[in-house]
Amino acid sequence: MAELIIPALLETIYMVFFSTVFSLVLGFPLGVLLVITEKNGIWEKKQLNRILNGIINVLRSFPFIILMILLFPLSRLIVGKTIGTTAAIVPLAIAAAPFVARVIESSLKEIDKGVIESSLAMGCTVSQIIFKVLIPESLPSLILGITTTIINLIGYSAMAGAIGGGGLGDVAIRYGLYRFQTDVMVIAVAVIIVLVQGIQFIGNILSNNINRK
Amino acid sequence: MIRIENLSKSFFDENNTVKALKNINLQINKGEIFGIIGLSGAGKSTLIRCLNRLEEPTEGSIYIQGEDITKFDKNRLRDLRKDIGMIFQHFNLFSQKTVYKNIAFPLELEGLPRDQIEKRVDTLLEYVELKDKKYSYPSQLSGGQKQRIAIARALANNPKILLSDEGTSALDPKTTKSILELLRSTRDRFGITIVLITHQMEVIKDICDRVAIMEDGEIIEVNTVEELFKHPKTKTAYEFISRVKSDITEEIIEPNSFKGTVIRLGYSGENAKMPVVSRMIKEFDIEANILSGDINRLLKTSVGHLILELQGKDEEIQKAIKFLIDNNVKVEVM
Ligand SMILES: Nc1ncnc2c1ncn2[C@@H]1O[C@H](COP(=O)(O)OP(=O)(O)O)[C@@H](O)[C@H]1O
Ligand SMILES: [Mg+2]
Repeated sequence: MAELIIPALLETIYMVFFSTVFSLVLGFPLGVLLVITEKNGIWEKKQLNRILNGIINVLRSFPFIILMILLFPLSRLIVGKTIGTTAAIVPLAIAAAPFVARVIESSLKEIDKGVIESSLAMGCTVSQIIFKVLIPESLPSLILGITTTIINLIGYSAMAGAIGGGGLGDVAIRYGLYRFQTDVMVIAVAVIIVLVQGIQFIGNILSNNINRK
Repeated sequence: MIRIENLSKSFFDENNTVKALKNINLQINKGEIFGIIGLSGAGKSTLIRCLNRLEEPTEGSIYIQGEDITKFDKNRLRDLRKDIGMIFQHFNLFSQKTVYKNIAFPLELEGLPRDQIEKRVDTLLEYVELKDKKYSYPSQLSGGQKQRIAIARALANNPKILLSDEGTSALDPKTTKSILELLRSTRDRFGITIVLITHQMEVIKDICDRVAIMEDGEIIEVNTVEELFKHPKTKTAYEFISRVKSDITEEIIEPNSFKGTVIRLGYSGENAKMPVVSRMIKEFDIEANILSGDINRLLKTSVGHLILELQGKDEEIQKAIKFLIDNNVKVEVM
């Protein structure tokens, strides 16, 4: 059993880790852009804001599994294969990016408008406001948002397993569903649950510990 | 120092236009504490925010030290803003930064070396008398302390002008006094020009040299504070000062220094026009001595108060008070 579960767990961690990193790379700047380009934002660009919102909404309304299947060919282009854990990272990251953008957007929007105003009054540039005010001031909330992203990606990665991604989801489906080894499935699911709880726990503690509000 | 010429500002929403400022002309002198007072929605914030272009004027010019700042490009505007400190009603400190980091913020923007920043912050902390809070976070401070830190932060770059948008409106009267004291000493020490807006006449009375009264996007009166209290030119000005005057008399009345019972009657609406007090004096065996009183017309109703000293037998006084209450007068024994 362990020789089934442990490698699968490592695969899941590998997939989730890298897809989190890449979805943040894609989604974080998008989230920032959404906030600064909106009406009365510090870099108001109504047209750009509308377009970004449109794209994100379309991508988010796709059922995840369909988006994954559509995006697998892209994996061949980027990592050279369409099967396996590395190949799954590409569609996972892209599928999660719009979600990340929304999470970042809502965290940044929690900041009191007055604080941004006083920064402007002190002569901040747009980039100074982003890096010295928006991000540091919303850090506790951003950490919770990233925690939610990781948990979502654990769920997504389990689904990715079903279409050749590997990991705990793959094991659960292959052994549990197709070979009726319910015990394997139960343990795989239990490990996923523990993983999710653990990450939420760590995220909460981190966020609480750094929050000075 | 600051000259505002034909300044107008309109807000355009989907289907309506709000004319927040209508052809404002105003001159503010160097080293002066200039107050702008008006009711909520009069356009005070919009006006003060035009001075550092947090709000873009629709029309007109603003000259600061001879230069029209409405013509400034982004870079010059940023330099201008570093020369104008601003404080706000809700302090607007960075909640995730220490007091030290808050005050250091504008200095870090300037790229000053660390030891110089530290020295300057220490000086400022000493100035606002909060040295011991250096490593606290804003959430650990009282409102007055937060505003002191905000003032220190606003002064960090040695600005020539300090703007205050209702800087004391969230504070209790005692804290307000101490913040106003700090603002006054800031002007005295650094010769800084202070423009403050408020809806509280007490603030104007306490520290301003001159005052502009705003109503409906217009400046309807500019006056020295002394003249304003002696000879208000407009009805709005009169209403503002009469409110303060009655507060002052109330502060002075010390109920224990009177032999009789001191009561405060509050009127509003219809009963302000009825001769309740004279009927009370006729009906009961008491003497009434008027200590202070006023009636203000606010929109369509009258509100007012009267402070009386009642002398006579206790039971007569009790009956008289009951009579007043039965006639819908608010009675408070002081
Ligand atoms: N950003 C804005 N958009 C639309 N209307 C505004 C905006 N800011 C202020 N106003 C309007 O302008 C008028 C003046 O507001 P303000 O300057 O905040 O008044 P005050 O500070 O005297 O209370 C009000 O009618 C207000 O509703
Ligand atoms: Mg205001």
